[in-house]
Amino acid sequence: MISESLLSLLERLCNAVAVSGDESEVRQIVLEEVKSCADEVRLDALGNVLAVRRARTSDALRVMLAAHMDEVGFMLVAEDGEGLYRFETVGSIDVRYLIGKPVWVGKDHLPGVIGARPIHLTTPEERSRKLTLDALRIDLGPGGKAELGSRATFATPFRRLGNAVLAKALDNRLGVATVIELLRTAPDSIEVQAAFTVQEEIGLRGARVAAYALQPHIGIAVDSTPAHDLPTFDGRENTVYNTRLGHGPAIYVADGATFSDPRLVRFLEGVARSHNIPYQIRQPGGGGTDAGAIQRTREGIPVVSVSVPGRYPHTPAALARLDDWENTLRLLSQALKELTPAVLS
Amino acid sequence: MKSLVETLTQTFSPSGYEDAIRELVRQEVAPLADEVRVDPLGNLIVRKGQLRQGGVRIVVAAHMDEIGLIATHVEKEGFVRFTAIGGVSVHTLIGGRVRFVNGVAGVIHIDQDEKMDRLPSMEKLFIDVGATSAVDCPVRVGDVAAFERPFLELGRRWVAKSMDDRIGVAVIIETLRALKDTPNEVYFVFTVQEEIGTRGAAPAAFGLDPHLALAVDVTGTGDRPGGKMAVALGKGPAIKIRDGGMIADPKVVDWMAKTAEGSGIPYQREVLIGGTTDARAMQLVRAGVPSGCLSIPCRYVHTPSEMVDAEDVQNAVRLLTALLSQPVSL
Repeated sequence: MISESLLSLLERLCNAVAVSGDESEVRQIVLEEVKSCADEVRLDALGNVLAVRRARTSDALRVMLAAHMDEVGFMLVAEDGEGLYRFETVGSIDVRYLIGKPVWVGKDHLPGVIGARPIHLTTPEERSRKLTLDALRIDLGPGGKAELGSRATFATPFRRLGNAVLAKALDNRLGVATVIELLRTAPDSIEVQAAFTVQEEIGLRGARVAAYALQPHIGIAVDSTPAHDLPTFDGRENTVYNTRLGHGPAIYVADGATFSDPRLVRFLEGVARSHNIPYQIRQPGGGGTDAGAIQRTREGIPVVSVSVPGRYPHTPAALARLDDWENTLRLLSQALKELTPAVLS
Repeated sequence: MKSLVETLTQTFSPSGYEDAIRELVRQEVAPLADEVRVDPLGNLIVRKGQLRQGGVRIVVAAHMDEIGLIATHVEKEGFVRFTAIGGVSVHTLIGGRVRFVNGVAGVIHIDQDEKMDRLPSMEKLFIDVGATSAVDCPVRVGDVAAFERPFLELGRRWVAKSMDDRIGVAVIIETLRALKDTPNEVYFVFTVQEEIGTRGAAPAAFGLDPHLALAVDVTGTGDRPGGKMAVALGKGPAIKIRDGGMIADPKVVDWMAKTAEGSGIPYQREVLIGGTTDARAMQLVRAGVPSGCLSIPCRYVHTPSEMVDAEDVQNAVRLLTALLSQPVSL
């Protein structure tokens, strides 16, 4: 079971604001959490936290576990007066989801809302057109003030829903919490290089330099991936769900940025089967994780990604099941114990 | 050489799953090389020669992988949905056959209610492997397949699937065989994952840190009805000036052209509008590497029937051997 303390760590991580390029709130939590369990903690030039727990044996594998700290959000780019701000999106966000959503702005989490013209004042023709970002403003209220360049994100407090959680930024605070826990329970037989990376959502930028510095033998990206396991509207079989809730950790074979090393996929599947841990293969397709950047660093690094499935990422409220998270932790924890150089031979 | 090309093209190794082709190449090159190893991503690195007076360290890369398909879903009735590995066009697929790396064969077809008067999206296609349900289907999500099509000899022309870039692989194997003595340290690199974004070549070049890099790959031609490009089958290998991702180093182009002229080998100058090769990836490694590409003209690239001219192939081997045998001065 996921412990109450781990769940409360996830809650703090999700409620923190860390839009790409300004990850300091999450970084503070991470630094506090890893200092007692890492042999060495570094903060690199781009803001990645690199926390290493050395092996207690010689000639051990160096295994990089990457979880990105950043989340998608907004940046204020111009002031219209009266507390109204123009903004840009940071990372991939569908503009259709923005209207009427409350947001937190800046380091002080100032409350605001993405306003739009109410239905009373729009014509049916206008309502059938797609809204563009130009037509939207973040409203901080009369007299509201924030610096241009401030980040903003969805104002969604973390909630428990039975065996699930609902929050903003589960992509990828689930991964961050997972890697913190894996560092705490790291086996002596390998060197665990936990990389809490920046700027993943704007192009896997932090992981690239982190992998260059760490020079691992193997890279594992730990992330959260969409589950679109909903019924189709025409009664046909849903063939494009990416992943499904309740089917366990999603192991990647291929996405838009990386083909996972087949040796690592086979290894993870073997670990899952021998310990009766449910898992699923994420549907091959687009998207990408930090693994894409890690793989092509220096002379090349075998990589794989493992994600906790979650519905509705990159929207104000994502939803993930605790049993999927727990099984992700079990799989990775067991895999780290069993990883040896023979896996790559 | 024909039988080597036939064997290479009849092997199923889509991007990321190059084990079978790598093993085949390794057996072929082991008796000819001074050193053979496999790097972390699976590139096969084969050294010939050592640096001597006037020599340079050269990487010559040909990619082992081929385009293919990857299973995304198995339907209740056993039909396998898929997506592309690399640049696969839907109009080359319907009625075609594939073989999965695990040996399972299948035929590609399309949803019955899909209209045939326009190009469908790939999601409307499926592979029928003879299964009757998801339970007895021998394919799982994530399994990879390549196109199945026998090798054909048509006069001077050779036709096969995965001529891109098994013909390049064959050319550099034959060059290794022909290269008796060289003042250069030549690394023949059989790369992985070219078709999904030239992913293997850059890490290999990073490790080898060469003075000069060449890719050996296919290029398109304009010699079929409606064609516009200047390259044609049978007029010799092509020296790349530019493609969609790279401008070849002009000094490398000159060196290649002068060597061809000096050796009496026919060649063509290639300007390719779209697409690129491993040379692009290698050019941008570390502090930059002077790079070029020796291209084998090929009709019908990225279809199951890619056609090359046997004399172009032989001339590519002659030119590459001439390039690598002498001291290189750019």
